[in-house]
Amino acid sequence: MQYHAEVTIELKSGMLDPEGTTIKRALEHLGYQTESVATAKKYMIDLNAESADIARQKVDEMCQKLIANPIIHNYTIELGESK
Amino acid sequence: MKIAIIQFGGSNCDLDVLHVLQDVVGVDAELVWYKEEDLSQYDGAVIPGGFSYGDYLRAGAIAARTPIMDAVKKMASEGKPIMGICNGFQVLTESKLLDGALTTNKYPKFRCETTYLKVENTDTPFTSKFKKGEIVNIPIAHMEGNFYADKNTLAKLNENEQIVFRYADINGNVTEDVNPNGSQENIAGIIDANRNVIGLMPHPERASEAILGSEDGIRMFKSMVDYIAKK
Repeated sequence: MQYHAEVTIELKSGMLDPEGTTIKRALEHLGYQTESVATAKKYMIDLNAESADIARQKVDEMCQKLIANPIIHNYTIELGESK
Repeated sequence: MKIAIIQFGGSNCDLDVLHVLQDVVGVDAELVWYKEEDLSQYDGAVIPGGFSYGDYLRAGAIAARTPIMDAVKKMASEGKPIMGICNGFQVLTESKLLDGALTTNKYPKFRCETTYLKVENTDTPFTSKFKKGEIVNIPIAHMEGNFYADKNTLAKLNENEQIVFRYADINGNVTEDVNPNGSQENIAGIIDANRNVIGLMPHPERASEAILGSEDGIRMFKSMVDYIAKK
């Protein structure tokens, strides 16, 4: 079975997000007041696995070993069957 | 004695480090491509600056997972001195050889300028030729040099005297005004708990000859060579 995972990597709360801060300021120049702007990265991964559980476990390992840095990041995984 | 200079796709200070080690310090050194898996013939290693793998994913993240880094970890476990400069520091934190992480500068701009550093610890293989509290002039050139560690790690780094350099002014005042990147406690360089793996954002190889405006950096390489010679 082929699965499609969407991994979202965010900075942990309290971490500086200079890109988010810069975008917030630019929005203010355009007249939009916001409470906060934060950035995140999304990775789309297609993979074959025997079950959804195994696919999720594999993607979780990928996050821990490479895609995220646990010192500074939180991550979430959304998994579904590939269309 | 032979020192390895680890070369990844995108390293760009490798030849500067080679020049300084060979021509200025006068020690045997050579470039080693990242596919090498055996570094047993070398007595120490330098991971130079640059943009390994285009800084894809995170600065240093891809390089940290290449085969040569297993060999570097082996060298580190044998007590051989390893120095990571700039991108090399990022590679060392991403490989977990050093604590913490290096994130985007507080003001998100590439900063290339002279910085003054306060030498906090001279009891390391890389700083024996400095005086404790001395102010040295070594330039930075980076966009992701903002050192971050959680509270406990930061406390441990302080307690074990693992913080080797802090950004300071010319008189040695460690203030937010002279912090170029937002690093916690103005941290510019740290060493591991075993005291043979150092990482720093400033570039000592760019401050190793009088013609470059400072010779403070050369003392790091000379300290390292001395340490190897005495071992």
